[in-house]
Amino acid sequence: MSENFRWETFAESFPIILKGLGITVGLTFACFVFALLFGFVWIFLRRIPNRFIVWLVTWVMEFIRSTPPLVQLFFIYYALPVLPVVGVTIDPFTCAVLGIGIHYSTYIGEIYRSGIESVDKGQWEASVALNFSTLDKWKKIVLPQAIPPTIPMLGNYFIIMFKEVPLASTIGVGGILFMAKSYGALNFAYLEPLTIVGIIFLVLSYPSSILIKKLEVKLNTRFDKNELLKKTNKKAIRGLELKGRDRLV
Amino acid sequence: MLVKNKEMNREKATEPIVSYRNVTKSFGDVNVLKGINLDIYPGEKIAVIGPSGSGKTTIIRMLMTLEEPSSGDIFVNDKNLWKMDKKGTWVRANEKHLADVRGDIGMVFQHFNLFPHMTILENCMSAPIHVKKENKDEVRERSIKMLERVGLGDKLEFYPSQLSGGQKQRVAMARALVMRPKIMLFDEVTSALDPELVGEVLEVIRDIAKNDDMAMVLVTHEMDFALDVADKVLFLDQGVIAEAGTANEVINDSENERVQSFLKRFRTS
Repeated sequence: MSENFRWETFAESFPIILKGLGITVGLTFACFVFALLFGFVWIFLRRIPNRFIVWLVTWVMEFIRSTPPLVQLFFIYYALPVLPVVGVTIDPFTCAVLGIGIHYSTYIGEIYRSGIESVDKGQWEASVALNFSTLDKWKKIVLPQAIPPTIPMLGNYFIIMFKEVPLASTIGVGGILFMAKSYGALNFAYLEPLTIVGIIFLVLSYPSSILIKKLEVKLNTRFDKNELLKKTNKKAIRGLELKGRDRLV
Repeated sequence: MLVKNKEMNREKATEPIVSYRNVTKSFGDVNVLKGINLDIYPGEKIAVIGPSGSGKTTIIRMLMTLEEPSSGDIFVNDKNLWKMDKKGTWVRANEKHLADVRGDIGMVFQHFNLFPHMTILENCMSAPIHVKKENKDEVRERSIKMLERVGLGDKLEFYPSQLSGGQKQRVAMARALVMRPKIMLFDEVTSALDPELVGEVLEVIRDIAKNDDMAMVLVTHEMDFALDVADKVLFLDQGVIAEAGTANEVINDSENERVQSFLKRFRTS
């Protein structure tokens, strides 16, 4: 290591930075949950049978997606309070949830849409034929089929959002990057704390992405004949000294 | 002859539950149906035959409210499914009436359309529980009985993907029957099946036709089966009912040229 990298600094700054981890992870979850819910709002608005509303909503979504999240974040934090009538001051954490959450909700809405469109037309017809109400049609038939295949994609967005959350440090939310920056400014040492931030992100995102890949395989074979057979056989032979695979056709 | 008498008695005795009056349907420039008049009486078994593209399926899809007619009226229990308002645009009957109508009608699809995320027992139970708000235990019992009737009592916890096409179609029929419809619609239910699986499905339909008193409309290509089961056969050709009568009259004695050539093609192939 060069003389600029000192393990003492590393050791000293590590616990300080770790204090911000709760906020970083918490903010990620808050943004993600907000985006998941708000994604449904987009889907709902776009299904209103009114051409003008659909056009307007599509355009707003496009606008949100085409502008940087940082600009949106700054707008909500610095510009919104001075707007007449709608102007309100929001605390930094809520600002971050709104800014990052709304930005990614437009992508998540698209994911929902692809999931809904992947549901076979026959499923809708069968639920009409069985006289399901509109609400039950969505709740019992369409969404249970539309959402599970999108979970890996949603998981990827979770990791992407986790990596975007440090944007919030620019408006003063005290996540790990904010902590590292503060430590650096105080002690004139940036190399070690920022290395730590990088390591923390790597340690958390990499295993998550592996988990999501596993989840994807599991979900894709959810109603696969052989997977189900394995499950049934496992149930059937529990207590016997047979392996599930032996019974597979 | 016996069948014919039964039919005539019925016509005298009761009012039709469903009436089509001058119903037309176009998809873009294609006129699929060009004026259909048809009455369905309680308990009547009707087979609809005819060349593909003649609009057979469209007739029953309109009754199931999956398709809207371009003009004409469909009355169910004397109430219109769609109305033309003063400006000349079609308006659906209100949701409540449509829901009432759907409650009386069950449909079995060509491609089964079972819910893949539910076991076959759940497939049968979902609609009675969520739509009709019936007692869960009672529905479960009834569903199991129905699945046993179609010969799948040992597969209750299976998912549709674990079943053969014929088994899936039998589940679909059980699912529709558990709702206790007054009319059952069968939309080419054997067309998507491997030939060796057709028999088991027809067997179930025959059982329903013999033992249940609901009306049935079968869109089918199985001529001998239609002859066996149906009180009335409709031959649909180029968007109109070209021939109607008892199975015997249409299939064996019809003098209509189109019917003859259609049947000939079927018999030889």
